[in-house]
Amino acid sequence: MAELKLRLSRRAWLLGLATGFIASAGTMATSEDALAAWEPRKPVEFVIMAGKGGGADRLARFIQGIIEKHNYSPKPFVPVNKGGGSGAEALRYVRDKAGDPHVIMATLNSYYTTPLRNPGIDVDIAKFTPVARLAEDTFQLWVHSDTDIKTVDDYVKAVKEAGPQSWRMGGTGKGQEDSLVTGMLEKKFGIKMTYVPFKGGGTVAKQLIGKHINSTVNNPSEQAGFWDAGKSRALASFTPKGKLSGKFGNIPTFEELGYGTDMVYYMQRSIVAPPKTEPDVQAFYVGVFEKVYKSAEWQDYLQKKGLIPGWLTGKELTAYFTKEREAHRKLLKAAGEIK
Amino acid sequence: MEIFQFLADGFLIAFQPLNFALIVFGCTVGLFIGAMPGLGSVNGVAILLPMTFLVPPTSAIIFLGALYYGAMYGGAISSIMLGIPGASTAVATTFDGRPLALQGKADSALVAAATASFVGGTISVALFTAFAPPLAEAALAFGPPEEFALMMLAFATFIGLGGDDIPKTFFSIFIGLVFSAVGLDIVSGDPRLIFFDLPGFYHGINFLVLAIGIYGIGEMLWTIETNKGDVIISQAKISFRRIMRAIGALRHSIRTMLMGSFLGYFVGILPAAGATPGSLMAYGVAKTVSKDPDSYGKGNVDGVVAPEAANNAASTGSMLPMLTLGIPGSPTTAILLGGMVIWGLEPGPMLFVNNTEFVWGLIASLYAANLFALLINLAFIPAFLMVLRMPFTILAPVIFILCIVGGYAPTKDMHDVWLMLIFGVVGYLMRKLDYPLAPGVLAIVLGPLAESSVRQSLIMSHGSFGIFVERPISAVIMAITVVLFVLPIVKLVKRRRAEL
Amino acid sequence: MRMAELVMAVCLAIFSAGIMWKSTELPIGWIPGEGPGGGAFSFWLGAGMLVCCIAIIIRWARRRSPPSRSTDPFMSPKALQLFLLGAGSLTVMIGSIHVVGVYIAIPLFLVFYMRIMGKHGWGVTGALAAGMPVATFFFFEIALKITLPKGYTEPAFYPLYDIFL
Repeated sequence: MAELKLRLSRRAWLLGLATGFIASAGTMATSEDALAAWEPRKPVEFVIMAGKGGGADRLARFIQGIIEKHNYSPKPFVPVNKGGGSGAEALRYVRDKAGDPHVIMATLNSYYTTPLRNPGIDVDIAKFTPVARLAEDTFQLWVHSDTDIKTVDDYVKAVKEAGPQSWRMGGTGKGQEDSLVTGMLEKKFGIKMTYVPFKGGGTVAKQLIGKHINSTVNNPSEQAGFWDAGKSRALASFTPKGKLSGKFGNIPTFEELGYGTDMVYYMQRSIVAPPKTEPDVQAFYVGVFEKVYKSAEWQDYLQKKGLIPGWLTGKELTAYFTKEREAHRKLLKAAGEIK
Repeated sequence: MEIFQFLADGFLIAFQPLNFALIVFGCTVGLFIGAMPGLGSVNGVAILLPMTFLVPPTSAIIFLGALYYGAMYGGAISSIMLGIPGASTAVATTFDGRPLALQGKADSALVAAATASFVGGTISVALFTAFAPPLAEAALAFGPPEEFALMMLAFATFIGLGGDDIPKTFFSIFIGLVFSAVGLDIVSGDPRLIFFDLPGFYHGINFLVLAIGIYGIGEMLWTIETNKGDVIISQAKISFRRIMRAIGALRHSIRTMLMGSFLGYFVGILPAAGATPGSLMAYGVAKTVSKDPDSYGKGNVDGVVAPEAANNAASTGSMLPMLTLGIPGSPTTAILLGGMVIWGLEPGPMLFVNNTEFVWGLIASLYAANLFALLINLAFIPAFLMVLRMPFTILAPVIFILCIVGGYAPTKDMHDVWLMLIFGVVGYLMRKLDYPLAPGVLAIVLGPLAESSVRQSLIMSHGSFGIFVERPISAVIMAITVVLFVLPIVKLVKRRRAEL
Repeated sequence: MRMAELVMAVCLAIFSAGIMWKSTELPIGWIPGEGPGGGAFSFWLGAGMLVCCIAIIIRWARRRSPPSRSTDPFMSPKALQLFLLGAGSLTVMIGSIHVVGVYIAIPLFLVFYMRIMGKHGWGVTGALAAGMPVATFFFFEIALKITLPKGYTEPAFYPLYDIFL
């Protein structure tokens, strides 16, 4: 009984404490606002346009880790996965949060493709507030190392011999990056493949190693483990000449192989804020991500995982987004995904 | 033997003071997170991941591994005590765990769950130690057709879980599958079944929303009505002797425990499958081979032992493809994998070669984590049983609140809380009319994998169903599935004949 | 009970038909060389649900299932009252989360439930109504960093975040 009383009184004390804080909230808030540059007052919702465990999710959590480790933000960034409808859910959520200073979003290329493919969600990405582009992820053409295919020429020959019925190209969902890159390949070389969609890039990589599919267009981070173990082979890189460094730089680009400069495709890794975000709020987030970008962890990650560094912010970033959106509109039209 | 040398070195790492403290701390935190309805190992690992930057990578994975184990143990607690599975892996535990608790035998159910988890975990770590690389190769042989065959096998094992009313049982399975289809069609990439154009449906209907709705809110409404609002759920006595006796009584369940452990481990290894199908199949097999199948679902200790041994074994199993192939076997391992990347490690075939200290430190710590999770769990059983002694009018609102917060936490969307309330109320009304609900809850878990694997297979074969029997592994699993489907019918016919 | 069985089956049949209709937004047929279309699964599952409902109704007419034979009322007046109180208070509570947030809704719900339904004393009720939000705050918001909805009370929590985060 005595113990119970003690516990009750402690609770009452905590409650008193809490109400005290709440009561003093008003005064504290006003005096601080006037003083310094904007800082978040509560945990920041870090919306991720993809589900848990995928490549985009892992990258966003990696960034969150860097922020946390170096204390770049006074309040924590809390990742929230809103991957539904290829990111449609996240886009609508952030659009509806217009002006909310405690929401930002990590994007990938579905940032362009999802609004284009689903006009019904009524999202115009040009209205979102740009924060920063942190990198561009790259794509390579991969086959299993047990095959005799060593060059792009071998590859084209093998696909033609196998015929469209039995050559299986694995990738993520239709209308997403992998299928667009596959479309580029088919158009360039006049070949046809059976496109098998899987849930994420990691699964795609595993299906290749298990020989359930014949080729993939994985990101370096998805294939790196198998590549190091000698299980897979990269034939060519969908990047411009000389952009990639490190071990991935040794993979020939389509340009170097003499197939022209148009066989280039990137996955952008950027951060945006909702529409109508105040300039001082935007400045805060740009500052945080500039620190992330310059951190040793991030630079090391770019090098190891075959990403191309590319800091971009402000109006240039919006211009980049609108340019890329038009490029994707063309790609989607060519693939017959939109009219 | 080289392995023993590695393992001995691993134990030296695991028992360094920092790592040892992290094991104990991780198990305890995991146990409580797992015991909350709605929070499971995925949430625990995801939330605590950033905290691991403070320590070296080996200590970090040891901590998260211990947390993962603790949460797997903890999942059984809310299944048994409240009848609410905290995660999909613990659904099968409610089938017999809940009836046991209602009969006042919550202590034996909790002890059985903890002990079976320990056995399952330990056996699977031993298997892991001995055969990691060759099993990883075997896991690669599973493509979409094999995955589909495996899903069919899982469905076959729980076909007997429904009631006697066949149309209602099938209705429940179908509606669960329909709910699992909500959200995105991965093959075409189009949104699907977005009812009333509500954005909350884009992320689909989370398993937890349905499970907490039906088992949490629905169950509470049921208890309110049947108990006329003011009866204590159950009286459970606690004493050290009763716990020891409950452990002793488990000697009859050794066979079930071993079966669950091996089955769970092998299903857990397969990428994408994870611990849920493993625990369901273990339950189904235990029931099928039992001498007294009718006692299942009414409070048979073996019905707790089988799924609990299996889900812990599977959680270790699912670490194998993560470490050796860099492919997560479950959402939790997907986040662990992300953690390893942050720590600067390269999961994949080279990990065992390049980072021996990390790998063997982890394996050794899993042995230790298992033991501590068991001890901590047993030590807390009296405290958990205290909860059951609370008057129902206190327990009920607290559980309602836990359900609401637990339903909100995974997606942070109030849409899901409303959906949960609707499922709870409608589920309660359906339950009053003898609709079996467990098949529907299980269908929502297995549905997405079944659909995507069958459609991927058909794309691979250009629409020919032959792909499921042409490939040897898939053909064997399909054959077992057919036997499992036919077996209950044969039994039924035999029994009818005997009755005539 | 007999009436309830029929009403439920009819409602579920309507729901099944609704699912079939909704599924037709995507192709429900067989796409050559690719297998079933995106809406096929839910369409045919909806059809299966409809068949089940019809079977339930037939069994109802023949008085095959236990509820269709039962002469008990579906819910006694007392049970109905308890059900409505339970479900109704939950609905009000969830609705109020949108406006005043969890930290006001939780204590109000606890007070209602424990005082009115449970007839507990003010001591226990007050302790739990005060302790639960505090425990929730520290467990979810501080330890697990899961922010819960707070409605219009949100600014009041900024100082708490400043101290504990």
